[in-house]
Amino acid sequence: MITATQQLDNYLEGFSEFEKLAPGHALPWLRRLRQDAFARFCEVGFPTTDDEDWRFTNVSAIAQTPFQLARNGRARLSQQELEPYRIAGVACQLVFVNGRFARELSLLGNLPDGVKVSTLAGEISGNPGAIEPHLGRYLDIRRDAFCALNAAFVEDGAFVHIPRGTLVEEPICLLFVSTADAAPSMSHPRNLIVAEEDSQATFVEHYVSLDGGGAAFCNTVTELVAGDHTVLSHYMIEREHKQAFNISTLRIQQGRSANIVSHSVLLGGALVRNNVHPVLAGEGGECLINGLFIGNDHQHLDNYMLVEHASPRCGSRQFYNGILDGQAHGVFHGRIIVHKDAQRTDAKQTNRNLLLSDDAQIDTKPQLEIYADDVKCTHGATIGQIEGDALFYLRSRGIDEVSARKLLLFAFASECLDRMKQGSVRKHVKGLINECLLQLAKAPDASIGNRREDTGRNWEEIG
Amino acid sequence: MSLLEIKNLHVKVDNHEILKGIDLKVNAGEVHSIMGPNGSGKSTLAQVLARRETYAVTSGEISYNGKDLLAMKPEEAACEGIFMAFQYPVEIPGISNAYLLRSALNAIHKYRGLDEIDAMDFLPLFREKLKLLDMDEKLMNRSVNEGFSGGEKKRNEILQMAVLEPKLAILDETDSGLDIDALRIVAQGVEAMRNPERAIVVVTHYQRLLNYIVPDFVHVLLDGRIVRSGGSELALELEEKGYGSMEAEARDAAPA
Repeated sequence: MITATQQLDNYLEGFSEFEKLAPGHALPWLRRLRQDAFARFCEVGFPTTDDEDWRFTNVSAIAQTPFQLARNGRARLSQQELEPYRIAGVACQLVFVNGRFARELSLLGNLPDGVKVSTLAGEISGNPGAIEPHLGRYLDIRRDAFCALNAAFVEDGAFVHIPRGTLVEEPICLLFVSTADAAPSMSHPRNLIVAEEDSQATFVEHYVSLDGGGAAFCNTVTELVAGDHTVLSHYMIEREHKQAFNISTLRIQQGRSANIVSHSVLLGGALVRNNVHPVLAGEGGECLINGLFIGNDHQHLDNYMLVEHASPRCGSRQFYNGILDGQAHGVFHGRIIVHKDAQRTDAKQTNRNLLLSDDAQIDTKPQLEIYADDVKCTHGATIGQIEGDALFYLRSRGIDEVSARKLLLFAFASECLDRMKQGSVRKHVKGLINECLLQLAKAPDASIGNRREDTGRNWEEIG
Repeated sequence: MSLLEIKNLHVKVDNHEILKGIDLKVNAGEVHSIMGPNGSGKSTLAQVLARRETYAVTSGEISYNGKDLLAMKPEEAACEGIFMAFQYPVEIPGISNAYLLRSALNAIHKYRGLDEIDAMDFLPLFREKLKLLDMDEKLMNRSVNEGFSGGEKKRNEILQMAVLEPKLAILDETDSGLDIDALRIVAQGVEAMRNPERAIVVVTHYQRLLNYIVPDFVHVLLDGRIVRSGGSELALELEEKGYGSMEAEARDAAPA
């Protein structure tokens, strides 16, 4: 058993070494940002299940593993190894290996004039003025120890700047590859995306692992600054191997009438926590948060939403579907805060789940905090199984049992897939989901549909 | 050899005996009607023929086309040419009617060693059957039965039957809940499929549907047993006298 102090000692050593040598260590503002964040992390330590925000997710496996910052001398990867993870039809693809930019693996395609896609490490060294006004301005390190930890070790990741009125038609893709070797390693990628007013673009964050060796811990933060009237989509695809820990936070700052869509697709990882935190700061903003999580074996997939309505006449929609088999544990935590001035807020939240085995588990929790008096907030959740009637109906038409089950699972997942409007990303995700669901459909759980037929639960409330 | 031969079929549901010894022979080219009041076991018989596994066959046998039907899974029975039109067609959000039909047809083709049909070849076949049932093509892109009216659901069942062209079609109370226009369309659809190679079993509570689909044989099912069999005139007799008189007769005939 490792004590809490020992756990932090590991990070203390890592931090003092990192701080001296990291890019930008001479920049006072960056130095302060890292030090403040690390102090905050040391003060609170890793969260426990006593913390309401972490009630259903135990991170002691992360706390107790002596993760070391991934070394520079990373494994040599070939273009070929990355081939399965490339998404066809993207504008560019930046590759980060264990949190650090790998130029030789990246594909820098043609971007419209003025659009900048570079790296955080590059900007810190060469052009810190571009990032200083935004980096760490939106992320609240006091809310979350993992965000503090990320900020303490902030070093590399993507920096994207889209100038005013620019339309980027194809997705900007960021591929994060973990190549854990024997020793447990961690990385803290940090992305900063600034989209100026009236611009439109699509971003993809894609997490994969190669080698499949030891434990890897990826703790990532993306700050997405959405200017007035922007139309932006963000995709998060998690498909690391089943020894991986992934904590990710997407912090969106929305300007006036900005229309933002966040899609999360969680398929891989041992323990995954995906925080999506939009703040609708400008009037008339709209936000759609769409997610699909599919877990098997002992996977733990936690979806944490914090939607802050801070201005009037904003709309937010959350739709999450989960499919869980084996001993997988899913969490949906949908928190909506409607601030005092956010009149005419229209917020809706729906979480639907399919449990395919007796041992699969879902915790679904709405949490509404409303301080304005003219608002419409609804939330609902359902938990059920594959319907025996539907399965029989398909089989009675000649479709074999595995195919029928896969069709039903796919139909359920399609609700989320259909909300993904970017063709090339949707196509890629569809392929991944198909592969994943075929495995689940094959699982020899003969009792599906006849078991626990009366235990389907649902609730819906309107506030 | 009969297409379908049921011998002394006993079936339990939740440990409760529903069918208590059914004997029935159906030949290709014939239309049989099985009539009976609620709870007599009509739907159970239909579901067993479609191989619903929640119904436990405790004794008896069913031979279909010379094969042991009770050894077949639902999908095998379907691929061998059995089709049941559901009393309560299931809504399946997220799967379109067109996709279901094409998947079903291709599954059957694959089973029989025939070529798959691609989307382009499927369309004309489809349109012709839609016309037969007076259905809007738009319905085909909608999810299976989702948001359909009762009549649309029943018509959709017959549409599926028309596309899949079974050897043995079982209509499980397809007439229930249909207004007279819908009933006429459904009956026309079924009538159009009547041919010397195909057998049709119409399970119904009322005689009304039989005005349009005139059966060759009528069987009365009461309390899990066929108590009378006859020609189409038996349906008219039932309409006139009701099931009550036949129940009384059955009681009188039973050994004390």
